[in-house]
Amino acid sequence: MSHTGNTVSVPVRPGRFAEFWSYFSENRGAIAGLVIFIVFIIIAILADVVAPHSPTQQYREALLQPPMWQEGGAGQFILGTDAVGRDLFSRLIHGARYSFFIGIIVVVISAGSGVIIGLIAGFARGWVDTLIMRLMDILLAFPSLLLALVMVAILGPSLTNAMIAIAIVLQPHYVRLTRAAVLQELPKDYVTSARVAGASRLRLMFVTVLPNCLAPIIVQAALSFSTAILDAAALGFLGLGAQPPTPEWGTMLADSREFVLRAWWVVTFPGIAILVNVLAINLMGDGLRDALDPKLKRS
Amino acid sequence: MLAFILRRLGTFIPTFIGVSFVSFLFIRLLPGDPILLMAGERGMSDERYAQLMSQFGFDRPLLTQYRDYLSGIVRGDLGISFKTKQPVWDEFFALFPATLELSLCAIVFAVVLGIPAGIVAAVKRGKWPDQALMSTALVGFSMPIFWWALLLIILFSGVLGWTPVSGRISLMYFFPTDTGFMLIDSFRSGQPGAFASAVQHLILPTVVLGTIPLAVVARQTRSAMLEVLSEDYVRTAKAKGLGPWRVNGLHALRNALIPVVTVIGLSVGTLMAGAILTETIFSWPGVGKWMVEGINSRDYTAVQGGLLMIAVIVMVVNLVVDVLYGLINPKIRQR
Repeated sequence: MSHTGNTVSVPVRPGRFAEFWSYFSENRGAIAGLVIFIVFIIIAILADVVAPHSPTQQYREALLQPPMWQEGGAGQFILGTDAVGRDLFSRLIHGARYSFFIGIIVVVISAGSGVIIGLIAGFARGWVDTLIMRLMDILLAFPSLLLALVMVAILGPSLTNAMIAIAIVLQPHYVRLTRAAVLQELPKDYVTSARVAGASRLRLMFVTVLPNCLAPIIVQAALSFSTAILDAAALGFLGLGAQPPTPEWGTMLADSREFVLRAWWVVTFPGIAILVNVLAINLMGDGLRDALDPKLKRS
Repeated sequence: MLAFILRRLGTFIPTFIGVSFVSFLFIRLLPGDPILLMAGERGMSDERYAQLMSQFGFDRPLLTQYRDYLSGIVRGDLGISFKTKQPVWDEFFALFPATLELSLCAIVFAVVLGIPAGIVAAVKRGKWPDQALMSTALVGFSMPIFWWALLLIILFSGVLGWTPVSGRISLMYFFPTDTGFMLIDSFRSGQPGAFASAVQHLILPTVVLGTIPLAVVARQTRSAMLEVLSEDYVRTAKAKGLGPWRVNGLHALRNALIPVVTVIGLSVGTLMAGAILTETIFSWPGVGKWMVEGINSRDYTAVQGGLLMIAVIVMVVNLVVDVLYGLINPKIRQR
C-alpha cells in the first residue's frame, strides 16, 4: 500500500512545483516581491556585517545629522542620525531582523494553532465545531488592532507580548479557512478509501486531508506575514510594542515623531522600510494566490 | 427571508454574549488588583479598599459580577471611569460622533475615488491604466498609515502650510455642538470661516484613514467588474450595439456593486482600527484616541467600555450588511 503510494507520488511532486512556478513566475510583480524579500532576509541575517555602525552607539557630536547628500550630512552616516546621534542606516538594517522575526513567529504561532483547531472543528463536527466557531466569531468581532492593543495592556508592553497578541488576533482566519477546506475535502473518495483502509483519525487529519487544504492556508500565511509586520509596527508606534532603544521600525517612528517638522529623514526612512517590506510580501502573496487558487487558474 | 434574519440573529446573540464576557474578563485578567491599580502610587486604607471593592462589586462571585455587568450594559451603564469619575457610557457617546464623522468622510473618500478607479482598471484590463492603478492600490493596501500621516503632515502642514496638524477646528471658533458633527455644527453656526476651518482640519485625517479602504474598494471593484463583464448579458448588451458607457456603467456596474457594497460594510472593523492610529496622530478627539489614552493612563473601565462598544458597533453593522446582502442576493439566504 505505502509502496504504491510512493511510486505514484514521486514523479508527481516536481511536476506540481514546476506548474506552480510557471504560474508564479508569469507574474512580474510577484517575482519582484520575491527578490526584495530575499534581499531583506539576507540583510537581516548579515546585519552585523552590513551595518556600518552599532545600532545603539550614540555619536554625541552628530545629533540629527541629515543624510549624506544633503547639506550638513557626512559620508559616515549615509542616511543621517537620529536625535541621540545613532546611525539611522545601521538601525534600519538591524530593524529588518525584528521585522522578519515578528513575521515568522506570528505566522508560525497563528497558522500552527489555527490549522490544528480548524482540523479539529472540521473533523469533530457537532457541538465541538459549533463551540470553536462561535469562539472564533467572538475574536473576529473585535477590530484586530484594538484587540491586540487591549491584550498588550493586560500582558504588559513588550515585543514578545505584541507578537503573542497579534498571533491570537490572526489565528481565527486560519481556523475558518482550514475548517472550510476540510469540509470540502471530507466527502471525497480518497478520504473514504483511506478511512476504509484503516487510517487512524490523526493520520486522516494530517497526512490525508491537510496536504490538500494547504493552498488557501499558504496564501493566508503570506497575507498575515505582512499584517503582522504592520500591526507590530503600529503597536510599537503607540508605545505598546518593542520598547526603545530596540531598533524596531515602528518604535523608531514613535521616537522620531516629535522631530517630524524638523528632521524629515528620521521619519521618512523607517516608514519606507516598513512599506517596501510589506509591499514585497503582498506582491508575493498576490502571486501565490494566482498560482495556487484553482478557481483563478486559466484552463 | 424571515428565517434568514432569525438565523443570523441566532448567531448574533451568542457572539454578543461572548464579546461582553471578553470585555468583562479584561479587567479581571489584568495583573494585580483593579482597585489598587486605580489607587496608583498613593495606596489606601483597608476600610477604603473594602468599601471600593464592594462599590465596584469585585468581592462578589465572578458569575454574579458578570450578570450585573450584563444587566448594566442593557441599561446603558458601563461603569464609572477610573480617571474622570464620569460614566463611561456618556464619555463614549460624547466622543463617538467625532469618530463617526471621520469614518464617514473616509468611506466617502474611498468610494468616490475607489469605484471609478476599479471600473477603469477592469475595462482597461492588462493595459497601462490597469497596471498603474492596481500598483498604486497595492501600495495603498500595504501602507503603514501612521507613517503616511506623518509624511502628509511634513508635506502639507510643514512645507506647504496648507492644513493644520491637529484637532477638529481652529480654537478661535466657538459655537454650540448640538449634533457632534463638526461639519454640520460649524455650518449651522454661520460664523465666517468656521466651516472652512472644519474642512481643513478634516482633510488629512480623512485621506489617512481612507487610504486602505480606498485600495480595498478599488481592487474589489475591479475584480467584481471583471467577473460581470464576462457574463452573457453584458455580451448581449454589447451585441445590441449599446455604447461602452451604457454597457459598463449601467449593465455591468449595477451587479458589480453588490460585492463592493458588502466589502465597504465589512470594513468598519478596519476603519475602527485605523481610527485608533489616525486619531492619535492628529489629536482627533474621538473614541480611538480615548482608548489609547485609557490604556496609557490605566483607565481600565474606560478601555473595557470602549472595547465592548466598538465591538458591538462593528457587529451590528456587519449584521445589517449581511441582512441587506441577503435581501439583494437570494442565494445567500439558502445557506
